Amino acid sequence: MSDLTKLTIAQARTALAAKEFSAQELTQAFIDAIAAGNEKLNAYVLPTPELALEQARQSDKRLAAGKAGDLEGIPLGIKDLFCTKGVRTTACSKILAEFVPPYESTVTQNLWDQGAVLLGKLNNDEFAMGSSNETSAYGPVVNPWRRAGDDQTDLVPGGSSGGSAASVAAELCLGATATDTGGSIRQPAALTGTVGIKPTYGRCSRWGTVAFASSLDQAGPLTKTVRDNAILLKAMASFDPKDSTSVDVPVPDYEAAIGKSIKGLTVGVPKEYRIEGMPKEIEALWSQGIEWMKDAGAKIKDVSLPHTKYALPAYYIVAPAECSSNLARYDGIRYGLRVPGEDITALYENTRAAGFGEEVKRRILIGTYVLSAGYYDAYYLKAQKVRTLIKRDFDDTFKDVDVLLTPTTPGPAFGIGEVSGDPVQMYLNDIFTVTVNMAGLPAISVPAGLSSQGTPLGLQLIGRAFDEETLFQTAATIESAAGDLARPTPWWRH
Amino acid sequence: MEVDSATVRRIAHLARIKITKAEEKSLENELSGIFEWVKQLDEVDVTDVEPMTSAVQMTLRLRPDKVTDGEKADEVTANAPLKEDGFFVVPKVVE
Repeated sequence: MSDLTKLTIAQARTALAAKEFSAQELTQAFIDAIAAGNEKLNAYVLPTPELALEQARQSDKRLAAGKAGDLEGIPLGIKDLFCTKGVRTTACSKILAEFVPPYESTVTQNLWDQGAVLLGKLNNDEFAMGSSNETSAYGPVVNPWRRAGDDQTDLVPGGSSGGSAASVAAELCLGATATDTGGSIRQPAALTGTVGIKPTYGRCSRWGTVAFASSLDQAGPLTKTVRDNAILLKAMASFDPKDSTSVDVPVPDYEAAIGKSIKGLTVGVPKEYRIEGMPKEIEALWSQGIEWMKDAGAKIKDVSLPHTKYALPAYYIVAPAECSSNLARYDGIRYGLRVPGEDITALYENTRAAGFGEEVKRRILIGTYVLSAGYYDAYYLKAQKVRTLIKRDFDDTFKDVDVLLTPTTPGPAFGIGEVSGDPVQMYLNDIFTVTVNMAGLPAISVPAGLSSQGTPLGLQLIGRAFDEETLFQTAATIESAAGDLARPTPWWRH
Repeated sequence: MEVDSATVRRIAHLARIKITKAEEKSLENELSGIFEWVKQLDEVDVTDVEPMTSAVQMTLRLRPDKVTDGEKADEVTANAPLKEDGFFVVPKVVE
């Protein structure tokens, strides 16, 4: 049998339906791949092989009975931010210790309802705060990609969904769930040559997902192809009465958008994304993307989103503010780590000092400061007003264009430990991705080429609220224009 | 310095995070750097701009005020580091 891990979700689904192999054989192939490769990549923090095989057995029964769900027998990795009933969930923080959720997140429940198989929990930056997966309590994830001619330097896979992106790129799962608060799906997608969408805010339920910044957090899929991404998002998305910000609109068949011509669409190119000091290869990739759009019959329009540059600083007020409030729940009493103290305040202070990592503490403190008496108006209220202006820029622009095209990141994957010291340097990774979180809009990153170092680069498409279909349609056009990109050689297998 | 060491101590206490002297010093620098960078927001004129309160325009739904869940003391306390008979155990709070 050929290597089953090389399949896409769409191919595996067809082959399972045609009984070319069983769900158990498919799952076993991934269990073996994880056993052979996870030590070097550190993508999974908790593989669940027994559970996976049991789920695959059930899938085989349903396949035989003609009762297959949309994802029947498809093995997936789940970011450790999604609560999985009876399976340890830590957000990759020491403060959650050995937390075992007594409930299932809505997003993962939707996947199991469609017959998907859980291969294990995936590494991420602690509480999804980071852009390189270096803040995880379980240590960094290593990008399966390496610079051409350099087999010594371990690169980051991006973050916070670094485990999700690396496991898809290294074929340790067919697809993975991820979350995106400021770029945490799209930036790792770009840095690992995978496809990642952050859907419209309210499209996927946040219920049962560990909260970071509630007005920005949104779940989405990471996959090898645009088609797989459409398949997985359809299964993840739903209206959920348990999430008060879940939006009650029907989930379309996203896959139907793939293969549709983009002839006649207007693609906007926002000039503010042409930042000072942008590497030439990013400029070139962007120009190439514009040419592909023209070749496919789309109209190109130069547009302006004047408040773009203020999105990132405003984000670093809003996100820490919401984080400081959300993470107040980790008190050493109800779950997770507990470090005793002489009184209850000391218990809180000791527990939180020992349980949170450096970046998380930093953001809690920023958030506490901007929300504290006398500073609220100057920082938080101001940032929320800037957010209104960012949203207004997009609203105005989408009167004239159907979709926006930008680079996903300002550069390719960097080495582990290369961007350290100044937190702001790390934050700048999200300069092109954070704007849509602030506005609540959907955006997708699609692999579009390789850097001069031989590592992947991505292009980003931004759409109107709840118009993920145009994103899949346009992303599929880029995917086919870019052709077959190189794959990383599997150095991680032993 | 945008943020001095006394401020770092004050917000760390508000956030209930114990910090060491060394952390206090590095946080003073890092937080000052971040707030210095955030200052560019001062360039933006926000006169008459409403603050954004929701990413997507929608009215919050209401539901009947009925109990829909509960009687799960064992599940609720299952992950507690210290528990007794379905209760969380805390240090003495009231004298």
